[in-house]
Amino acid sequence: MKDLLIVSASPHIRGRLDISLAMKAVILALLPAWVFSVYVFGWRALLITVMSIVSCMISEAVMQRMLGKKITLDDGSAALTGILLAFNLPPGVPLWLPVVGSVFAIVFAKQLFGGLGYNFINPALAGRAFLMTSWPSFMTKAWLVPTGSTLSGIDSITSATPLTLLKNPANFGPPEVIIQRLNEMSTIKNLFIGKVGGCLGETSALLLLIGGLFLIIVGIVDYRIVTGYLVSFGVLALILPTKANLPFHLFSGGLFLGAFFMATDWVTSPVTKKGRWIFGIGCGVLTAVIRIWGGYPEGVSYSILLMNVFTPVIDRFTKERIFGEQKKGVKS
Amino acid sequence: MTILKPMSKGFIGGIHLSENKFTESLAIEVMPAPKRVYIPFAQHTGKPAKPLVQKGDLVKIGTKIGESEGSISASIHASISGKVLDIKQHAHPVLGSSQCCVIESDETEDWASGVKEKYDHENLSKEELLNIIKDAGIVGLGGAAFPTHVKLSPPPDKPIDYLLINGCECEPRLTADHRLMLEYPVGVIEGAKLFQKILNAEHLIFCVEDNKKDAAKIFARENEEVRVLNTKYPQGAEKQLIKAVLNRTVPRGGLPMDVGCVVQNVGTCYAAFQAVKFRKPLIDRIVTVTGNGVKESKNLLVRIGTPIIEVINFCGGFVDQPKEIIFGGPMMGISQYAEDVPVIKGTSGILVTKEASIYEEGPCVRCASCIDVCPMGLMPTEIYKLVKNKKFLESEEYGVLDCIECGCCAYACPSKIPLVHYLKYGKSEVWRLSKK
Repeated sequence: MKDLLIVSASPHIRGRLDISLAMKAVILALLPAWVFSVYVFGWRALLITVMSIVSCMISEAVMQRMLGKKITLDDGSAALTGILLAFNLPPGVPLWLPVVGSVFAIVFAKQLFGGLGYNFINPALAGRAFLMTSWPSFMTKAWLVPTGSTLSGIDSITSATPLTLLKNPANFGPPEVIIQRLNEMSTIKNLFIGKVGGCLGETSALLLLIGGLFLIIVGIVDYRIVTGYLVSFGVLALILPTKANLPFHLFSGGLFLGAFFMATDWVTSPVTKKGRWIFGIGCGVLTAVIRIWGGYPEGVSYSILLMNVFTPVIDRFTKERIFGEQKKGVKS
Repeated sequence: MTILKPMSKGFIGGIHLSENKFTESLAIEVMPAPKRVYIPFAQHTGKPAKPLVQKGDLVKIGTKIGESEGSISASIHASISGKVLDIKQHAHPVLGSSQCCVIESDETEDWASGVKEKYDHENLSKEELLNIIKDAGIVGLGGAAFPTHVKLSPPPDKPIDYLLINGCECEPRLTADHRLMLEYPVGVIEGAKLFQKILNAEHLIFCVEDNKKDAAKIFARENEEVRVLNTKYPQGAEKQLIKAVLNRTVPRGGLPMDVGCVVQNVGTCYAAFQAVKFRKPLIDRIVTVTGNGVKESKNLLVRIGTPIIEVINFCGGFVDQPKEIIFGGPMMGISQYAEDVPVIKGTSGILVTKEASIYEEGPCVRCASCIDVCPMGLMPTEIYKLVKNKKFLESEEYGVLDCIECGCCAYACPSKIPLVHYLKYGKSEVWRLSKK
């Protein structure tokens, strides 16, 4: 026998799903919302997203090179972080902002913790939080009128998101005028379709819902986190004191983007089934509390980041029940 | 009797695989006895058999060459007629290498005295039946090769009310059990009835997956109780089968007899029937030979101890240079390192491939696919990390010893982590530490 036989560990066949395919599926699911962002906010939205993707990928490659690791841009995870970060930025921010956010997300939140699989918080959200604390003026005021606008975007930094108006109507003029404006722009239809001010990729609940359901159907996103998040938030939005109704709360802000695409990040959410319910419900409760009582108009990103930190604890206390295991208290 | 639906929705986890059962319509062919056989004394769970022959002894087909030793062991018999050339270490499909009896054929087909005559078995007592089965070296032919007489002797405080006959054959590609059920159903049923008599079990149920409805119909026509189960891997695993058919849950660390069940493979039934009816010991078995590395795929009746290369040559030889030869199915099968490894009692298939199944291991991304598919409710991702960090005792807390090595987790893993490999390693380390 000339060539030796190869001895490999069982199983000798593997499923089709790999990391790269999964990341591509998520990017595909985000594509409708991406295209829509260009439609409502103009080419500037595309420019911001591309800046963000490119700087994420460069940061990843440089870091992996410096750390002496294999460069794994082809797994698509850096590109996905770039898209998600851009989706979380107001469309009127200066073009260097996504670059800074990307570098922080990839270098500090991801690679320094060991790269893909080892980061304990969602890199895109970490990038957003970093930008929020460092340049709050851009991050909370650079909104664009959602009708398509000039490439520079400078002449239209005048709008505000529905949630900003709801939080502090007095900042924007005579309250009765503002409430009227809020009513005009925030018809449920507009909110659902996405023709409202907001972060680049968060405005269209409809398109995010389509993408999210696609991911649930193909089995990449776990329904437990999404359901736990939306239902717990919805219940609290109904029973807690707030000036807006339930559909307004559900369809405005980054709730759908967060619930379908950010909270469900594999690496930073629990692995157990029970844990995923707890994680989703925790996100929902925190989001409602921040939105209704907190200082920020929006609470999705901080809620998810906070729950990310709890993930190891949740996993530890929600171990799966092993087949044939007796219920607690029963001696076998 | 009509074909009944199973009593529960099935077991947790599991996966749906491409079955690729290309050989299911090929009738069983009898492979002629090879010139030389290598019969290991360790072919079963438990202690190896004690050699009864010496170099130079003449043996016939069915001559006992190894005596079962200790409470869990099985006898070994010559599968051809001829001379014992040597007793020496030789390549073994599971153990790497072990003591083998090498027999060279005298080109005759002489059976040992008393074998192959017809015996009346109606009036035999349970003890007599058990002794015959023990004497014939019958072991579980589903793959684990657990001595059958041991499985048929539960302690008196564990009454058995259900005997399940396992014809699921849930591994992709394998069709040996399927062909047996189609071609020799009466022998299978007779064997099962012997087991039922020994166990005093009230119920006897034949279990097949719904991709083998033809076999189910045959059993139903013979007025046997049949359950047709979903084609879902690993439907044929004992605990999963009991859960799916009877909705009974075998406790952790327990055995099927703890919930009043015994599960026997269809091939084992047939072997036991032949042992009781003709005093024929277990000297051959049905093997599915398939894969893109072999010219003709076949379902073959092969003598125990036949080297793989002889089997492949009988199937037209290799296509190109083979990369991997696997004993068993693609999910749980074991890669072989030599072409002269012999077929043993637990060899259900020989899979020859032109490409090797090697995958680059990526980082765990905590997607929990492995947890979702684990039929034992384990968390393979947590266990593999503990094993990798040599935290074996903690891995035991996470249930590493409950792993049935079915391979669902590694199949589903998008990072292609060889989870089964890590879990097997963890198991062996836990056993080693607990022996100290």
